[in-house]
Amino acid sequence: MNYIDNPRKLRGFEKNIKIEKISRRSILKGLGVTGGFVLAAPVMSRQALAYETGAGKMPHGVVVDPRVFVSVAPDGIVTIVGHRSEMGTGVRTSLPLIVAEEMEADWTRVKVQQAHGDEVKFGNQDTDGSRSTRHYLIPMRQIGASARTMLEQAAAKRWGVPATEVRAVNHEVVHSASGRKLGFGELAADAAKESVPSIEGLKLKDPKDFRYLGKGQIGIVDLHDITTGKARYGADVRLPGMKYAVIARPPVTGGKLVSFDPDAALKISGVEKVMQVRGWPWPSKFQPLGGVAVIARNTGAAIKGRDALKLVWDDGPNGKYDSVAYRKELEEASRKPGLVLRKEGDADAALKGADKVIVGEYYIPHLAHVSMETPVAVADVKGDKAEIWAPVQSPGGTREDVAKTLGIPEQNVTVNVTLLGGGFGRKSKCDFALEAALLSKELGAPVKVQWTREDDLHNGFLHTVSVERIEAGLDKNGKVIAWRHRSVAPSIASTFAAGTVHQAPFEIGMGLVDMPFEIANISCENPEAAAHTRIGWFRSVSNIPRAFAVQSMVGEIAQATGRDQKETLLALIGSPRIVKPAVKDLWNYGEPQDSYPIDTARLRKVVELVAEKGQWGRQVPKGHGLGIAVHRSFVSYIATIVEVAVDDKGKLTVPRVDTAIDCGTYVNPERIASQIEGAAIMGLSLAKYGEITFKDGKVQQKNFDDFQVVRMDESPVVTNVYIVPPGPDTPPSGVGEPGVPPFAPALINAIFAATGKRIRSLPIGKQLEA
Amino acid sequence: MIKVKINGQEQSWDGDPDLPLLWFLRDEAGLTGTKFGCGQALCGACTVLVDKEAVRSCITSINDVAGREITTIEGLHPTGDHPVQKAWRQVNVPQCGFCQAGQIMQAAALLMDNPKPSHDQIREAMSGNICRCGCYQRIENAVHLASTGV
Repeated sequence: MNYIDNPRKLRGFEKNIKIEKISRRSILKGLGVTGGFVLAAPVMSRQALAYETGAGKMPHGVVVDPRVFVSVAPDGIVTIVGHRSEMGTGVRTSLPLIVAEEMEADWTRVKVQQAHGDEVKFGNQDTDGSRSTRHYLIPMRQIGASARTMLEQAAAKRWGVPATEVRAVNHEVVHSASGRKLGFGELAADAAKESVPSIEGLKLKDPKDFRYLGKGQIGIVDLHDITTGKARYGADVRLPGMKYAVIARPPVTGGKLVSFDPDAALKISGVEKVMQVRGWPWPSKFQPLGGVAVIARNTGAAIKGRDALKLVWDDGPNGKYDSVAYRKELEEASRKPGLVLRKEGDADAALKGADKVIVGEYYIPHLAHVSMETPVAVADVKGDKAEIWAPVQSPGGTREDVAKTLGIPEQNVTVNVTLLGGGFGRKSKCDFALEAALLSKELGAPVKVQWTREDDLHNGFLHTVSVERIEAGLDKNGKVIAWRHRSVAPSIASTFAAGTVHQAPFEIGMGLVDMPFEIANISCENPEAAAHTRIGWFRSVSNIPRAFAVQSMVGEIAQATGRDQKETLLALIGSPRIVKPAVKDLWNYGEPQDSYPIDTARLRKVVELVAEKGQWGRQVPKGHGLGIAVHRSFVSYIATIVEVAVDDKGKLTVPRVDTAIDCGTYVNPERIASQIEGAAIMGLSLAKYGEITFKDGKVQQKNFDDFQVVRMDESPVVTNVYIVPPGPDTPPSGVGEPGVPPFAPALINAIFAATGKRIRSLPIGKQLEA
Repeated sequence: MIKVKINGQEQSWDGDPDLPLLWFLRDEAGLTGTKFGCGQALCGACTVLVDKEAVRSCITSINDVAGREITTIEGLHPTGDHPVQKAWRQVNVPQCGFCQAGQIMQAAALLMDNPKPSHDQIREAMSGNICRCGCYQRIENAVHLASTGV
């Protein structure tokens, strides 16, 4: 099994940390410095961290260099580069805000500039895995502190005073003894000539002096543009002479085009051309599926033209994929022993000797991301040069893949990153940008490839489908003495390597083998499952089925023993301790165990906090119920209480949600709240409706009418978010994804409390109506 | 030749009369603030005002709006300070922001029709507009704020 924890490492399995061996000097040589007032700095050594993170192990690691990220104009405007992709988490605001905090820049005089895809210059840009803040809090502080120090040095020289006597305060440098002041703009040219202080010698601000970090109420930088229609997403890019394309792709993964008749399409007003698109055999990572493109003067004409195409497909090896039959296969596999991944004590013997065994077999279907912005990209390929405009989570990876696909050098590819109209992992795969590049090359003109919602559902990279079977053995006092969890699901690695039947370490590390309960006999197993469609990352990934199964089982144990859910949960978590599962090379979200251990004190804390603030145990009206769940994911700890109301017709509503999150040191609590509020709604969507099914190899759902998501009238009425204040040296951890996993099991536990019905199969659908 | 008035400006079209207004706005008129989300009037991302009514431009043909006045997000207010836009910013509504033009146009239409909507009326009127990021609680708060004065 390969050690794979992010899309870049999966792309061909060839990426590793080799870049770290290249000296920064050679990387920076030849870089064009834009603008006359960029702070000049020698190449800096690697970051000296207060704590270690996995940032350095990402492809191209981290670049700590103010010359790359900060420039100061003579008018004092500070421009800070945002090198991660903005898909709604607020990262385009929060990372530059860290730099501004440390350099004492006034946020109202800061502009954010989006980096293009260039990881040699900016370091890793893969915006996934909820890792931007945890990997960049310290590097961004160091970049800001470097810039501040250079401005201070320049002012001290100008005044002929020791640098220790001056300090930067809110966009100017001050010499208190003489009362002199110089603005950042006035110092920019001189500061650019200063040498950069060594990273070890940098003085970071005392957190008690923070103006922005951890304070909240900083609006996102794109707020005004979003509310006025000026914000630019992938499809909003318009180039002179640009053509509009939609593509008919094989309806079955691994299918191929046999023949097509373009005549009727070519008669549609506005259609200019019909052409075949190169496809790659399945599995082929993010390479295009191929098909037939209709080129037109506008997207409407292209869609109408595509509807008129006559197409004949060979469905290939997955033509019989059927969700009903596949579910049975998964269930049967879950009832037999599988590859043992974690073994502590003897779960088999303990289950045999148990006073009572509770068995839960949980089913979680395929899910689609359905970001509001469907995949879309613009490409302009001229000779051996390519320029791309696209909403991609992985600009560096997109650059690599465009270069490989077109057979041109990587440095000839420019990837401009637009805003992303939602990502959720879908836009970590750049297939749509590759399609645009191929079409532009062939047409000799700029082209926009627009996916329709139907394309998004039919040709995406779906969340896996899984059966999670848990057997819990209880002694005569109701104490859990044995735990066997079998997880059966096709792996994301199947999209990269044919014949994959076991889940990858990063998947089993998401709530299966890292299960934190204090139980003497544990067995975590992974029976085989083969994929029949493209499986990909979906926000929270395998944590969704795992948290659903494990936390539902907690509810079932409470139910079987007649005890309170929260008390049952705390009893299972057990004593405050560091959990060290007996697993070889335990995957820990790419982070070192020392900085990011599995800490049950923190797990307990979020349970206790949400129980207190969320008034666990409060009286609720008839037909209402409370449910609780907790889960550690992306090295954060989150607990959720859901209140449901189920009426006599089985109609489900959610009057209130309370969530406590411990994400360590944080930057912008206002955005943390928005992520958690949104996660509750995404969690409710997947629990209530989320299901992609296959018949004859084809996805059966088409659009938002049959792949439903929660709308405002059924969304939680109140969502409260509580953030655990960090300890002084608590490393930052994930926010974007961890909110989703605990929601569904808290909801299901609440439904049980309200109705006495235990739901083990998602989505809920009409199960409450029966 | 079909003539329409968009954000106060006369525009004409002599192509396919069945072309959805959405694609005329985005691809022909260059007004990209109006978004494509589903193409089937299921998500509301493409909402514009036709005269004073909220309409899904993805299933409305350019011919259907011949001679009518269309307002898009770009034309809602000259400086972007319509009470709904101001409320959206005050409440920090957006996450990714993609659906928000449609949400704002829908909310503006609601308030023209019903200046003081109740909790339930807001939730009902806004339920044709999907936000996958899940900003609903803030959208509701912003509509309420816009209705009570920003």
